[in-house]
Amino acid sequence: MLSGAAVLVVLGLMIGSTTLDSLPVFFSQGISFLTGTNWDPGASRTEITGTYQAWVFIYGTLVTSLIAIVIALPVAVGIALFLTEVAGHRLARPLIYMVELLAAVPSVIYGLWGLHFFAPVILKPPANAVSDALGFIPIFAGPVISFNFFFAGVVLAIMIIPIITALVREVFTAVPDTDRQAGFALGATRWEVMRSIVVPRSRPGIIGATMLGLGRALGETIAVALLIGGGTAINFSIFQQGETIAAKIVNTFQESTPEGIDALIALGVTLFAMTIVINVAARLIVRRLGDVSGEAVA
Amino acid sequence: MTTAHMPLRLTTGSGRRRARFSRFMTGVMAVAVLLALIPLLLIIGVTVAKGLPALNWEFLTSTFNHSRREAGGGYLHGLVGTLYMGGLAALMSIPMGIGAAIFLTEFPRHRLSGPVRFFSDVMTGVPSVFVGLFVYTILVRQIGFGTFVGALSLAIIMLPIVVRSSEEVLRLVPGELKRASYALGATQWQTVFGVALPTAAPGLITGSMLAVARALGETAPLVLTALAAQSVVIDFQGGGQTALPLLIFREARGAFEAGQQRAWAGALELMMLVLLLTVLARLVGRQSRYRG
Amino acid sequence: MKVNRTWVRTALPLAVVGAVVLGACSGGSPSGSGSAASAGTGSGLSADLLGAGATFPDPVYQEWIGGFVGTEPGVNITYEPIGSGGGVEQFIAQSTDFGGSDAFMKDDEITAAEQARGCSVLHIPTVFGAVAVAYNLSGVEGLTLNSDTLVKIFLGGITKWNDPAIAALNPGASLPDEDVIVAHRSDGSGTTSIFTTYLDHESADWSSQVGKGKEVSWPVGVGGQGNDGVSAAIAQNDGGIGYVELSYAIENGLSVASMVNADGNAIEPTLESTAAAADGITIPDDLRFNILDVGGDGYPIAGATWILAYTCGYDAAKADALKAFLTWSLENGDSIAESLLYAPIGDSLQARSLANVARINEGG
Repeated sequence: MLSGAAVLVVLGLMIGSTTLDSLPVFFSQGISFLTGTNWDPGASRTEITGTYQAWVFIYGTLVTSLIAIVIALPVAVGIALFLTEVAGHRLARPLIYMVELLAAVPSVIYGLWGLHFFAPVILKPPANAVSDALGFIPIFAGPVISFNFFFAGVVLAIMIIPIITALVREVFTAVPDTDRQAGFALGATRWEVMRSIVVPRSRPGIIGATMLGLGRALGETIAVALLIGGGTAINFSIFQQGETIAAKIVNTFQESTPEGIDALIALGVTLFAMTIVINVAARLIVRRLGDVSGEAVA
Repeated sequence: MTTAHMPLRLTTGSGRRRARFSRFMTGVMAVAVLLALIPLLLIIGVTVAKGLPALNWEFLTSTFNHSRREAGGGYLHGLVGTLYMGGLAALMSIPMGIGAAIFLTEFPRHRLSGPVRFFSDVMTGVPSVFVGLFVYTILVRQIGFGTFVGALSLAIIMLPIVVRSSEEVLRLVPGELKRASYALGATQWQTVFGVALPTAAPGLITGSMLAVARALGETAPLVLTALAAQSVVIDFQGGGQTALPLLIFREARGAFEAGQQRAWAGALELMMLVLLLTVLARLVGRQSRYRG
Repeated sequence: MKVNRTWVRTALPLAVVGAVVLGACSGGSPSGSGSAASAGTGSGLSADLLGAGATFPDPVYQEWIGGFVGTEPGVNITYEPIGSGGGVEQFIAQSTDFGGSDAFMKDDEITAAEQARGCSVLHIPTVFGAVAVAYNLSGVEGLTLNSDTLVKIFLGGITKWNDPAIAALNPGASLPDEDVIVAHRSDGSGTTSIFTTYLDHESADWSSQVGKGKEVSWPVGVGGQGNDGVSAAIAQNDGGIGYVELSYAIENGLSVASMVNADGNAIEPTLESTAAAADGITIPDDLRFNILDVGGDGYPIAGATWILAYTCGYDAAKADALKAFLTWSLENGDSIAESLLYAPIGDSLQARSLANVARINEGG
C-alpha cells in the first residue's frame, strides 16, 4: 500500500535533500571538515567562504555519549538482571513501569532539571571533590564549570537507561529457563547463574542494546545543549565546557547566513551518518547473532 | 542454535561464602534499580515543587506579559501551539502509520516489506534535530516558518513509531479470527477493516498516544521550523509558532528569576500533559490483550 | 464494552484543556495580562508585527511594546530576542517585519537585504546601552580594569584573580587565588560586536589574534546564548567574568567593573556615564556609528542599538503600525529606557531617527 512506500519515500527524501545541500560544504572543506577545529562561518550568500571544521563538535558528541554509556550500561544491565532474575512478577511489574516512565519525560525537562537542580545541587559537590583530589590528571582538571561534559553525560545516561534496560531485559528473558535450572541443579548460586549462563548467552543482545542506546545519546539535542556550555575549543577535562553537533545546530541555526545553514546541514548529515551506522550495526548484530532462542529480538 | 557448552564457572570457596557473595551482588543490582528510580522521583518531585507555586490560572491562560524581569504572564501561546501542532501531526502520521503497518502485516512477502520494516526501525533512531533540518531545507526556505511545517516535522518523528507499534499489535491478532472471517466469505480488505482493526484497536490507540506524547515533548525540530511566537497563533502557516517545550527551552537558559520560574511552571504543565497521555495510553492498552 | 470507558477517560481531560483554551482565546486579548492599560482605543490601527534580533535592548523593547500596545490594542507586536546575528539574518531573509541589532549592518549585508527586498534599508537608532564587564567574585566589590587587563583575561593570559596586573589596578582589594572563568556569547551578538570593536580599537594584540564582529573565535571561555546565557554563566561560576548589557548585570545582582577610559578615569557603567559616552560623537548620514575613544566622564564600552526596517514592501496597515510604534517609543519611551539604565539618544539624534522612521514604506 502507499503508506508503506511513503515511509521509504520520506526517509529517502530526508537523506537525499540534506546530503545534496551539504555537498558544497564538504567539497570546499575536504577532510578537514572532520579533523579541523576552526569553525568560522562566512557571510556570503552565494558561495562558501567560511571555514567549517567540525572536530570540536564531533569530539564533544563522542565524549558525552561515551560518558553516558559508561554510566548507563552497567546500571541498565544491573536493573535488567534484577528485574528478570531476582524480582518476582509482582515486584517487577511496577518497577518496569517506572523505569519506562523515565523514557517518557521530555528532553527539555531533563535539561531544565539538570541545569537548575541536578547539576548544581547533586553533581557539583562530587565533581568538585574529584577535581580537587585528582585534578592533576588532565581529564579531571579543574575548575569545575557549571556546564560541562560530565553533567551533560550523566543526564544523558539517565535518559538512555530505559532503552537499554528494556532491550536487555528482553534478551535475558529469552534465555531458556532450562539453562538456568541446569545451573541451579548443579549447585550454582543465583549470581553464578547470572554471570555464567544468562549474561554470556545474551552478549550479542547486550551489545546491540548498548549500541542503540549510544545511537540515541549521539542524537540527543536539547538536554545536552542546556548543559554542555557552548565551547569552541577542545577541552580535555570532563569538567569543562564542550559542544556537540546537535547542540551547535540548535544554538546557531537562527542567526546563520545561508552558507552557514548549509554548513549546519553538513553537520547534521555527519551526525545522521554516525547514528545510522551505529543503529544499523546494532540491529544487524542483534538479529544475526542474538538468536538465543530462535526469535529475533526487538 | 546450540546449547553452548559453557563451563559453569562457580566461584571458589565454600557454599556459604558463595551464597553470601550472591546476595551481595543481588544487593548491588538493587542499588542499580535505585539509581534509576531516584532520578525519576527527583525529576517529578523537583518539577512539581518548583513549578507548582508558579502554575496558577494566570499562567495557564495568559501569554507573554512583555517584561522579562517581572513575574506574571504565562504560556498559553505555548499550550495552544503544542496542542495545535500535535493534533496536526497526529492527523498526518497516524493514519499513514497504521496504513503502513497494515501493509506490512497483510503483505508480509511483498518486495517492499523487508525494506519498509527495516528502515522504519532505522528511522526511529534519527536525531530529531536532523528531521528539523530536513523540513527546513525542503519547505521552510520556500514557505516560511509556521504551524504546518512544525507539525510536519513532528509527524515525521511520529511516523516510524506508529508503524512499528501498530505492526506489532496487528501481528498479535489471532489467526483464527481472520480465517473465520475469510471462511464467511469476506475479502481481505473487509477482514482488515472489519476484524483486524477493531480487535487491535486498543493496542493501536496505545501506540498512537505514546507517539503523540513523544511528539509533544520534542523541542529541537521546532526550533528550526516553528521559530517563535509571543502570543497565541492560530495561523496555519506563514508566521512564527511556539510550543511549550520551546518556551521552556528559551527561558531555562535565561538569568532572570521570573523567567526561570515560568520555565518550571511550563515544565510542570508539559510533564502533566505528557504523563497523562502516557498513563492513559497504557490504561487503554490494558483493556484488551491477546497473547499469541 | 470497555472501550467506552476509556474513550471517556481520554476525552475528558482533552475536553477540559480545550475548554480552557477556547475560553482564554475568545476572552483575552493576545497581549497578555499585567500592566497594559486596557482602556485605550487608539486610532484603530490593526496589524501583526514580527521583529527579531538583539538581546541587548530586549528588556526595553518589551516594555515599549507593552506601553504602545496599551494605547493601540489592535496591534500585536512580537519581538523575539535571538541575537543581533539572528536579527540581521531573518531581516535579510524577509521572514521578519523589522530587525534589531547592536551591530549596524555591514555593506555586504545591506546589499543582500536591498537585493532581496528591492529597496533601501533604514537604520533607526533607539537607545544607547553600556556593555558592562560583570563578574562574580565574593568579597570583591568595585573592581577596576582597563583595556589591557581585559584583553589579557579574554585571551587567556590572565588565569587567576590575584594576577599582578589586576592587583596593580586594585590596590585596596583582597583578590583571591581563584581561577578566572571567562564567559562569552555563543551566538552572533551585537553585544559581542560592541565589546570586540572596543578591544580591537584599543589593542593590537586583540586585533591580530581575535578581531571584531558579531561572532569571533574566542580563545577561552564558556559560551552562553544571549545576554541571558552569559549572565547565567557568570552567576553560576565563582570567579566568572563576562560582558553583558548593563541592565542584565543589575537584574541578576552581578558586580560590574569600572573601566579606565581614554582620559585615564575609572568610570562605572551607569545611566549618566553611558549618556556621557555618546556626547560629542559625529554621526554620519546613514546613522551607522561606533562609540570609541570615550573620555571625560564617559564609560568606554558603550554602543547604540538599531531597529532595521525597509523603505518598501509593507502592506499599509503594517507600515502604519510600525511607524506608530517606533514614533511612540522614541517620543515617549525615555523614562522607561532610563529606568532600565539605557540612555536615551538625545534630541538631535532623535530627530534624525524619527526622520528615518517616516521613510518606512515610502516606496510603498
